[in-house]
Amino acid sequence: MNAPTVIPGCSKPDEAVAARPVLRERGQREVFCGLTGIVWLHRKMQDAFFLVVGSRTCAHLLQSAAGVMIFAEPRFATAIMEERDLAGMVDCQDELDRVVTRLLDRRPDIKTLFLVGSCPSEVIKLDLAKAAERLGKQHMPNVRILNYSGSGIETTFTQGEDACLAALVPEMPAQASDAAKQLLIVGALPDIVEDQFLRLFDQLGIDNVGVLPARNARDLPPVGPNTRYLLAQPFLADTALALEDRGATRIDALFPFGAEGTTGWLHAAATEFGIDEMHFNRVVAPGRERAKRAIEHARGALEGKRISFLPDSQLEVPLARFLATELGMEPVEVGTPYLHRAHCAQELDLIPPSARISEGQHVDRQLDRVRADKPDLTVCGLGLANPLESEGFTTKWAIELVFSPIHGFDQAGDLAELFARPLRRRDVLEV
Amino acid sequence: MQLSVWTYEGPPHVGAMRIATAMEGLHYVLHAPQGDTYADLLFTMIERRGKRPPVTYTTFEARDLGKDTAQLFQDAAMEAAERFKPEAMIVGASCTAELIQDDPGGLIEAMNLPCPAIPLELPSYQRKENWGAAETFYQVIRHLADKDVTPGPREGRKARANILGPTALGFRHRDDLVEIRKILQTLDVEINLVAPLDARPSDIARIGAADFNIVLYPEIADEAARWLERTFKQPTIRTIPIGVGATRAFISDVAEVAGADPTPALGDTQSRMPWWSRSVDSTYLTGKRVFIFGDATHAVAAARIARDELGFEVCGLGCYNREFAREVREAAKLYGVEPLITDDHLAVEEAIAEAAPELVLGTQMERHIAKRLGMPCAVISSPVHVQDFPARHSPQMGFEGANVIFDSWVHPLVMGLEEHLLTMFREDFEFSDEAGASHHAAHSPTQPTKVEAVQVAQPAEPANDANIWTSEAERELKKIPFFVRGKARRNTEAYASDQGRAQIDLDTLYDAKAHYAR
Repeated sequence: MNAPTVIPGCSKPDEAVAARPVLRERGQREVFCGLTGIVWLHRKMQDAFFLVVGSRTCAHLLQSAAGVMIFAEPRFATAIMEERDLAGMVDCQDELDRVVTRLLDRRPDIKTLFLVGSCPSEVIKLDLAKAAERLGKQHMPNVRILNYSGSGIETTFTQGEDACLAALVPEMPAQASDAAKQLLIVGALPDIVEDQFLRLFDQLGIDNVGVLPARNARDLPPVGPNTRYLLAQPFLADTALALEDRGATRIDALFPFGAEGTTGWLHAAATEFGIDEMHFNRVVAPGRERAKRAIEHARGALEGKRISFLPDSQLEVPLARFLATELGMEPVEVGTPYLHRAHCAQELDLIPPSARISEGQHVDRQLDRVRADKPDLTVCGLGLANPLESEGFTTKWAIELVFSPIHGFDQAGDLAELFARPLRRRDVLEV
Repeated sequence: MQLSVWTYEGPPHVGAMRIATAMEGLHYVLHAPQGDTYADLLFTMIERRGKRPPVTYTTFEARDLGKDTAQLFQDAAMEAAERFKPEAMIVGASCTAELIQDDPGGLIEAMNLPCPAIPLELPSYQRKENWGAAETFYQVIRHLADKDVTPGPREGRKARANILGPTALGFRHRDDLVEIRKILQTLDVEINLVAPLDARPSDIARIGAADFNIVLYPEIADEAARWLERTFKQPTIRTIPIGVGATRAFISDVAEVAGADPTPALGDTQSRMPWWSRSVDSTYLTGKRVFIFGDATHAVAAARIARDELGFEVCGLGCYNREFAREVREAAKLYGVEPLITDDHLAVEEAIAEAAPELVLGTQMERHIAKRLGMPCAVISSPVHVQDFPARHSPQMGFEGANVIFDSWVHPLVMGLEEHLLTMFREDFEFSDEAGASHHAAHSPTQPTKVEAVQVAQPAEPANDANIWTSEAERELKKIPFFVRGKARRNTEAYASDQGRAQIDLDTLYDAKAHYAR
């Protein structure tokens, strides 16, 4: 790994990357808004509740995006604005106080409450920061109240997590100036994956490791100039900026997908923390070998196959890299809603030049390109998958890549399998 | 502001999407931000449609707000007209676009589009999905119906009917339609038009050629039918043929309006439900207490079937759509229950826990509630779930629909002979009644779900009730079959509390049994 240890958030991109043409499009987007992040964030932060301040559409979106209606009493809800809120017959802030008080009475287990802004609340300029501050004073110390926007006019799908984590950063305790160097893993990971990584860092000898978001939202790790943060997800632009405001420094790395991606990710941290190369290899080798063996099962189905990504989660670039470098797939188009060139610099370098990188979306034109490209596998959202299947295209639901554990050595095989299964199924079916 | 966890209905523009998606050659241009496209997956995933809904979303962003979102709308509309070449368009705003007041209807008028464009006013902050579907269907008909088209003289031709209401994402609409077509064919009535399902705008133009209209789903088609009554003087059949009795009434009503002979249709030999209900195994269904909740039309129909055709007792009846609350209130009077009109699923859960029915007939929401409370349940109404679009033919309407209803309501219950055998063998040491009946192990009221249910329903319930049972009475209670034991316990405790008895002994148990005997 020859990467410099420090690249600030959005600094000058790599020359080679800047030269790479990116197709930028504007038009109808077939993606979720940032509210959708609540579906996994509320499960990750067990003491947090997410209250969307929005419309019936927001409530309906959350219920539909959760796929099956879970129907337990979940730790999210929508305060649905009604005619009287908008017509000024009642004060929205008073209404919000009423709703929040009722909610907190009902759910004394809530320790952190996120007021989540939506398209309508943004458009009417309902000040949720003010509300969070006012309500926070009322309910401290039992409940901490924060706010962020998951609105579709500002955030695309996974950017909702970015906005949520960025809202947590100012709440992180300040690190003492003489504190030991600390590693901070940033991005919501399934607990099992997080534990695997923590074990690996422990074995490497990096013992001062924090995680954002913490499982318990009240249990945030400290941050300061001695913090080196490692992004586990490629969509955390604002969170990264907020961490840098607090003095933290980013460790540039590949994202931990596949045997090589995970090795690169761990190695960047190991280098930063001065871990001996031999020791690193000794610790990482078993996991890396396991990952390679697991990936091998999918190679037959995937090698030489052409794949197109429609923009969805911003995971597209690292996943295309994984499939290209570790499984011999040929990325045809790699669409992403937003491309963070600095965070994805190493990833972009490894994507074959033949691949078309596109940013933003004009869904009709993009579907025209899919029809012209005829990829073997198309990764797309749920609204497009069955229509493409019925046109004869094999598809993979992008949302499964967000909801399933796919990071790290021991999930590499599962990740490869997610792409291989639709192709294998296409081949076995005789109906 | 209304605190909502799960909703029975989406916003009104989703109702408009259901009309657009049901039809062919109609395109919906929706002024909406990114994210509102989630609604596409309702159609492509839940209903497994192989086509994208014909909807163009303008996808405006925060940075567009200060600039020209109106231009964005016009560009999107023009591009949609060119790309999809629809026969007609509907245009409107989602909840966010409603706030920025771009007036899609006015914008479209100024545009000189190559096809007619119908403006929709769907107030997102007042109305909901069903209302949006009804309003859209009404507007589509009002704008596209050719008022010069009339049925012409009746002599020498078959009677002609329009079937109104089947739509995309409808609860069993696809299969209901097959049954209704069969009935009309037997009655020798010609179908002039089915709408909105599979209709084209050009078909809608000919809606006036029918002698009468049949409204299958009032939630969607009643508004339009009332306009057709006024404009074309077409009479409307409003009998909803769900259940054997209602199907017979429907056949008679259609026959009368069409001047046809109802006898062949009434004599359908495939109607098995009446005999299945009269056969001795069904004796055990007598007086089973059912709680019914859904859209008004399906709930009212279910209550009638429950009491008149299966011999159940209706112990709760309600709907989530206030627009049709009147129908439910009237029906509730008939069954002597308090109508439950609410779209708050927590209120429904409370009411169900309170009523402690032996069977819940509801939507997918109630299915989950029933699962938590350990009660058997069958689904009778939207909101829909992927399970409500089975591969097999599975109507609710007509005689075949009644057959389907018999099976789907009775199978979750302990079957007659099985119930009898369970009672016979319950003392045998091999028999563990904790396991429940063979076929609904997944739903058996095991301890963990009970605990959860109680927590959800009444978090503040005191836990000391168990103490008032004498051990002798407790042992006796265990001898009661598991599927009625919960009720026996509740009844006895209620009776003891009414009578002010501090303890429940054997006498209290049997006094309560006598008190509640029916």
